[in-house]
Amino acid sequence: MGKTIIEKIIQAHSRDEAAPGKIVWMDLDIRSARDFGGPNVVKHYDQEYGDTPLADKSKTFFTFDLCAPACTLKYADNQQACRDFARKHGVEVFDVDKGIGSHVLMEEGLARPGGTVVGTDSHMNILGAVGCLGQGMGDVDITFAFKTGKTWFEVPQTVKVVLRGMHSPYADPKDLTLYLCKEMGTQSLALRAAEFYGPAATSLDFAGRITLCSMITEMAGIIGFVSAEEVPPVLMPAELSDEQFSLFQADPDASYADVIEINVEGLPPQVAVPFSPNNVRPVAEVRGTRIDSGFIGSCTNGRTEDFVRAADVLNGKKVKKGVMLKCVPATRRVYQELLERGILEILFRSGAIVLNPGCGGCAEGHAGLTGKGEVQISTGNRNFSGKQGKGKTYLASPAVVAASCIRGEIVAPEEF
Amino acid sequence: MRETALRGKIWVLLDKTGKLIGDIDTDQIFHNAHLHITDISEMGPYAFGNLEGWKDFSKKCGEGDLVVAGRNFGAGSSRQQAVDCLIALKVGAVIAPSFSAIYFRNAVNSGFPVLRIPSLETLVVAGKLKTGDLVEMDVKSGQGTNLAQKLPLRAEPMSAVQVEIYMAGNLFEYGKILDEKK
Repeated sequence: MGKTIIEKIIQAHSRDEAAPGKIVWMDLDIRSARDFGGPNVVKHYDQEYGDTPLADKSKTFFTFDLCAPACTLKYADNQQACRDFARKHGVEVFDVDKGIGSHVLMEEGLARPGGTVVGTDSHMNILGAVGCLGQGMGDVDITFAFKTGKTWFEVPQTVKVVLRGMHSPYADPKDLTLYLCKEMGTQSLALRAAEFYGPAATSLDFAGRITLCSMITEMAGIIGFVSAEEVPPVLMPAELSDEQFSLFQADPDASYADVIEINVEGLPPQVAVPFSPNNVRPVAEVRGTRIDSGFIGSCTNGRTEDFVRAADVLNGKKVKKGVMLKCVPATRRVYQELLERGILEILFRSGAIVLNPGCGGCAEGHAGLTGKGEVQISTGNRNFSGKQGKGKTYLASPAVVAASCIRGEIVAPEEF
Repeated sequence: MRETALRGKIWVLLDKTGKLIGDIDTDQIFHNAHLHITDISEMGPYAFGNLEGWKDFSKKCGEGDLVVAGRNFGAGSSRQQAVDCLIALKVGAVIAPSFSAIYFRNAVNSGFPVLRIPSLETLVVAGKLKTGDLVEMDVKSGQGTNLAQKLPLRAEPMSAVQVEIYMAGNLFEYGKILDEKK
């Protein structure tokens, strides 16, 4: 019988039969740990394996992105513990200057089409954007992976998601993704892999695929892949542009747990209202909601293309007085592109705060927190209660966040 | 050999309206403000510290108590602390209709029982499983009894890997057993 994309990738990394529902032992091409999770990995490793060597130090990495540079003494200690471990074992560290680990792994060509990568980041399945099986795991799993290069894995069923039609020209990949969060909730893809078909999915560029694949976690799915057509090479990181995405298409006789058709024809901009990423409505329904702050960045919307969309709205305009707009590029490479393309200047002149690359804005308050009563509009992927502070967070696209920060209230970009 | 029989008092995680709380995420179980904590003995007081109505759980919970929650328990982050904080409180198990994939793995790898009862919501609505009920359950087979109400309680049996890791204690101990077999 034919295999789906995830079944093919697992099969290429396992001697066990990669059939849905079966638990297999899978070889890992890359294993990584962040400054969150990483310190626990170091602790477990020292405790369980002492000074014995890693399975393969050239396939093992640390990526510091959560609290970069460390803003608390605890994080400083934790990062240093990882650095010391890395030095001792000869492991490369993508340190606090580099940005979001999952993005760095793609840019460095370490997360490759058809590969297997694990890390202490629940959005590691974002690597589905480049056809790579990425999985977020806890520190026990990652310690075991550091030592053995393997993991146990239950082969998930696959759901085929077919998108019909094209979204409105004012909507972008985030609006599409939020709409899918609404339509599929946390039920349709729960514990399953997804394959996306239809022009609204296959025409997504690298950044758009990242946005879509990053929020499979919020749909409770294992991972998402966008099938078929090749990504426009110019928008791919250079190291990946020669890769054949077509190699990882599902077999024609692959078996799916479900086929879901979703009509996205003419889809307008969307927002997820507090306190769930699946609580999604058209912008028009919450238009006029007062906001205090905005955030553009995160693993979901931290690429150059995302900031270009925001800059298109912000160019020559000012963030409303009293509103705070924070921008965090995903990686140092994105930062450089924004610098070279004049985007940073547009953001600066609009009154936005631009911070150094990383996960700031989502976790631990590195790009600030929301206070009680504060209303934030964010391009992040989670708006759970208490996640970014005591305020309320709406999730939206970079263009909607930019437009809303100019107006001081939630507004659709087509009004600009 | 590790004991597979659990016996404990039930805590049903209900919201203000009396509904079983679903999609409980890891920030509600163990908030990201405490992620720098790496010592398991310090994690207990933060368990459900950001879950509305249950912020005092760590003070109420007794050794061996069982937590009953709604579907997709443990959504969100990959933090092991969301499992470890319950281990720190000596919670016996979490029972839910389903778990997030990462949370489930983390629990399995730490040898912490996570048991699935797909029809759990119906049981709770019908009052057949209430806070305070004393239950017995074999984590391996999933066969159990609600002693308070004299009703059978059936969870899905553990998978082979889950049983092996549980019996070994955790993934590291299981890895050592695999090494010895080589």
